[in-house]
Amino acid sequence: MTPLLQVRDVSKWYGARLGCTDVNFDLYPGEVLGIVGESGSGKSTLLNGLAGHLALDSGQVIFDTRAEGPVDTVTMSEPARRMLSRTDWAFVHQNARDGLRMSVSAGGNIGERLMAVGGRHYGQIRSEAVDWLDRVEIDQARVDDRPSAFSGGMQQRLQIARNLVTGPRLVFMDEPTGGLDVSVQARLLDLLRSLVRRMGLSALIVTHDLAVVRLLADRLMVMKDGHVVESGLTDQVLDDPQHAYTQLLVSSVLQV
Amino acid sequence: MIELNSVSKSFTLFNQGAAVIDVMSDATLSVAAGECVALAGASGAGKSTLMRMIYGNYLANAGQILVNGVDVARAEPREILQLRRDTLGYVSQFLRVVPRVPTLEVVAEPLLTLGVDPAEAEARARDLLTRLRIPQPLWSLSPTTFSGGEQQRVNIARGFAYDYPALLLDEPTASLDAENRATVLSLIREAKARGAAIVGIFHDAAARVEICDREIDVSAFTPQSAA
Repeated sequence: MTPLLQVRDVSKWYGARLGCTDVNFDLYPGEVLGIVGESGSGKSTLLNGLAGHLALDSGQVIFDTRAEGPVDTVTMSEPARRMLSRTDWAFVHQNARDGLRMSVSAGGNIGERLMAVGGRHYGQIRSEAVDWLDRVEIDQARVDDRPSAFSGGMQQRLQIARNLVTGPRLVFMDEPTGGLDVSVQARLLDLLRSLVRRMGLSALIVTHDLAVVRLLADRLMVMKDGHVVESGLTDQVLDDPQHAYTQLLVSSVLQV
Repeated sequence: MIELNSVSKSFTLFNQGAAVIDVMSDATLSVAAGECVALAGASGAGKSTLMRMIYGNYLANAGQILVNGVDVARAEPREILQLRRDTLGYVSQFLRVVPRVPTLEVVAEPLLTLGVDPAEAEARARDLLTRLRIPQPLWSLSPTTFSGGEQQRVNIARGFAYDYPALLLDEPTASLDAENRATVLSLIREAKARGAAIVGIFHDAAARVEICDREIDVSAFTPQSAA
């Protein structure tokens, strides 16, 4: 099986300061990879670099495209990369406001992505938007409301609907449950888990919440000071951590 | 089906002065299809550690852990995940689930993951939940709020939903009443009869004698320095 994403020797510097360096991994179709580490460990830099939001200093990010097979997205043309980010890729921001248009209706937020890939039939776009609101458990009667009138949890679910409506194959998630209260988090986890399974998505999830990755991620990468210090099966890394920093991280979690 | 050759394991505790604790050396055993083997030994002898190494939950430092030909000690995470999906089941003592997922789905999940028809998977889950006496009104609820015994039975139902060729059982009869204990023992017997290789930890001595073909004393694998 060809990996969906092959990351080779990826590095990003902010001037003389290290963002992340020497990152290598393969992500296979249907796999969920968690990236954990403390603030400043480089995990968000890595995610944004892989997604093309930040220019990487070196390395390859090879994506198995539908049309042409594996292509390095770092050297790909800008229009091709933008098309990719509207079709096969999706990015769920920690702050839903960064991923939504706050002055456009909920239905419009979902429909916009469909129109970006050529959807033109208003009735179809609207019915698909309504269907997705239902899937992310937002009352269909809210289709014409603006997301600014939504709660934080609803905004996050709307952002997920907007991202997944075009049937992406790879989803980048930056702290998808950050800043939400625990009951809303549980709902979101349930949603993400079932979407990942039903749609066969692959996902990269950056989080500092070890409970989230235990439930969602197949594999885990632990970052510290810009380096990947440990990687492996999620439960193996959490239950039998091999690196000093991972041991500290795991032993620092409060038991509930 | 399950074969360990000279497996050893130590823990390095970096946050406690990098203390190295050797917990197992030269563990060698083999379990054939249709056989049930009990791991014996005092508390702390390494029964759970050994079981977790077979599941790939703990990393072995040396040796070979073959499950249906796959060396768990060296396999890629992807290969271990595949092994856990279609070959190697594990009934742990604790149920770990995504909140809000209904019990019926929790039990059917191993089958759904393998692509079994949802109706068929659900029928199997219903059958197991009935046999393990989980009241039907609870099936649509998440097991996170269930009693300890109920959670354990949901966990067992989930572990037996798919007919794994190899099964690891960590105290499957602990804290069960007589009727449920009998059900679990017959589930284990059925698994043996269809040819599953089973490794278990049973503190329940009567159950161990009844169900297991032989015992392996893991204290034989305890390193000399720690003894």
